[in-house]
Amino acid sequence: MAGIQQPPDLSVNLCGVRLPNPLVLASGILGTTAPLLERVARCGAGAVTTKSIGPTPRAGHRNPTVLNWGPGLINAVGLANPGVEEAVAMVAEAKSRLRPLGVTLIASIFADAVEGFANVAQRVCAAGPDLLEVNISCPNVATEFGRPFALDPAAAAEVTRAVRAVCDRPLLVKLSPNVNDIVAIGRAVINAGADGLTAINTVGPGMVIDVETGWPILANRTGGVSGPAIRPIAVRCVYDLSAALGCPIVGVGGVGAGRDVVEMLMAGATAVGVGSAVIDGGPGRYGVLRDELAAFMAARGYVAPDNLRGLAHRRKAQRT
Amino acid sequence: MTENAQMLPRMFRLAGVVSETPRVRRFVFDGDLPADAGQFVMAWLPGVDEKPFSIMDDRPLTLAIANVGPFTAAFHALHLGDRVGIRGPFGRGFRLLPGRLLLIAGGYGAAPLYAVARRARQAGQGVSVVVGARTGADLLLAAAFAALGCDVHPCTDDGSAGACMLADAAAAQVLDRAAHAGLYACGPGPMLDAIERLARRRRLPAQLSREATMRCGIGVCGSCTCGDQLVCRDGPVFDAQL
Repeated sequence: MAGIQQPPDLSVNLCGVRLPNPLVLASGILGTTAPLLERVARCGAGAVTTKSIGPTPRAGHRNPTVLNWGPGLINAVGLANPGVEEAVAMVAEAKSRLRPLGVTLIASIFADAVEGFANVAQRVCAAGPDLLEVNISCPNVATEFGRPFALDPAAAAEVTRAVRAVCDRPLLVKLSPNVNDIVAIGRAVINAGADGLTAINTVGPGMVIDVETGWPILANRTGGVSGPAIRPIAVRCVYDLSAALGCPIVGVGGVGAGRDVVEMLMAGATAVGVGSAVIDGGPGRYGVLRDELAAFMAARGYVAPDNLRGLAHRRKAQRT
Repeated sequence: MTENAQMLPRMFRLAGVVSETPRVRRFVFDGDLPADAGQFVMAWLPGVDEKPFSIMDDRPLTLAIANVGPFTAAFHALHLGDRVGIRGPFGRGFRLLPGRLLLIAGGYGAAPLYAVARRARQAGQGVSVVVGARTGADLLLAAAFAALGCDVHPCTDDGSAGACMLADAAAAQVLDRAAHAGLYACGPGPMLDAIERLARRRRLPAQLSREATMRCGIGVCGSCTCGDQLVCRDGPVFDAQL
């Protein structure tokens, strides 16, 4: 019949794993239990990332831990998690719930030392996630853990090598934007064996002060900034990493609307992480974004997300 | 979530404190925070902590808080004029059905049900309230419900006041005596489960206010899960499964 178009195929290949669409639940948002991960998958995410799993149980910081300051969020949850022993059961259960849905499971891990990263990676990989994401970049535990590994290429590479040695799953390393040269970190990590990068973690550290009392509001005083305010920084990081390294990238930071998903793809991302945006509409936001992406592509004749990927790199100014 | 919820804490000053039971005090603040019955706030004591509390009344903002740990002990140590940071109101509250309502308040659960009772009585509806506690001294807000014109049915585990039975048994007896349009419950988890079973048996709608440890209070961090539900955003009021 005239006028009927094929709906765009939104699937993407991330490090050899097929995602039904490019949208990824970002780590640290919602992904604390298997039923909740399944719910986000049913709401339209192409992949879901667990809350970061560490070597031992952590209570995290006292409250206030998360604030909506308007143009975005600021958080210092402090890597609260039940520890790897308990979390592996959650990962296995999540995988069994997601398998029939065809949605990809990414397990996020962290530790305070290289050996810890390898230990947690080995145990989490055994629980069967589709990809492993190594969180070297959480800014909220610096006083305990020292400088995040993500700020130093050699340290980032050392963690990556240790995890690579014990993990046969596709490996993403999550980078911090709070560095002078994110490409140097990304290059070191890819050379050390990572299959791809997740960029970016939160920006900062930032602070919000209550002006009635003078108190910094977060109990940790400082926290990581996320949401729409950081999107141009995330887009630039993805653009630079993609241009220099050409590796698979999950682009994340401030994505909240279909045009933001397109923007990340054009910057060079293979998949697009969404986190803070759930503040508006809850888990259903993933389906809304998926539909907005599909509508954008259909209206402009893009048949697959691959058509969008890296488009911005091919736009070069004319010499005058 | 209410559209104009306070996202950054708004500082209120403590305007009044009333001792309700040996462990529970009613804290009245110096301003209004318009909210639905059943919504909650995140209350911040700078330098101490921030925790969720159901709103007992919204004009002026009123919270009923039990002294059960370091944070609530700090709350109980506040003086008139001291400031508390309030984020909210947050969450999905109670829906008021027309007709006679049955409220079931167990333990510390009376506060959000007071908000239901006030609105229902203002609308001229009949309200029955089962107030349950371990012992008579811990019956919370029974006199306040009576002052609103509710029919109050106290019950205690040890029989020291009211009927010697659990709250769901007392509720069943109230339902035997008169028709009610729906049940509204807040209290310990096992009590809510029992009320859900009672509602199912009697084919009546029931709304249950659940609680959970919270961090963000705004539906992003995943700390407050109950199955695949977020107590801070999908709740704290949930419809019973009938």
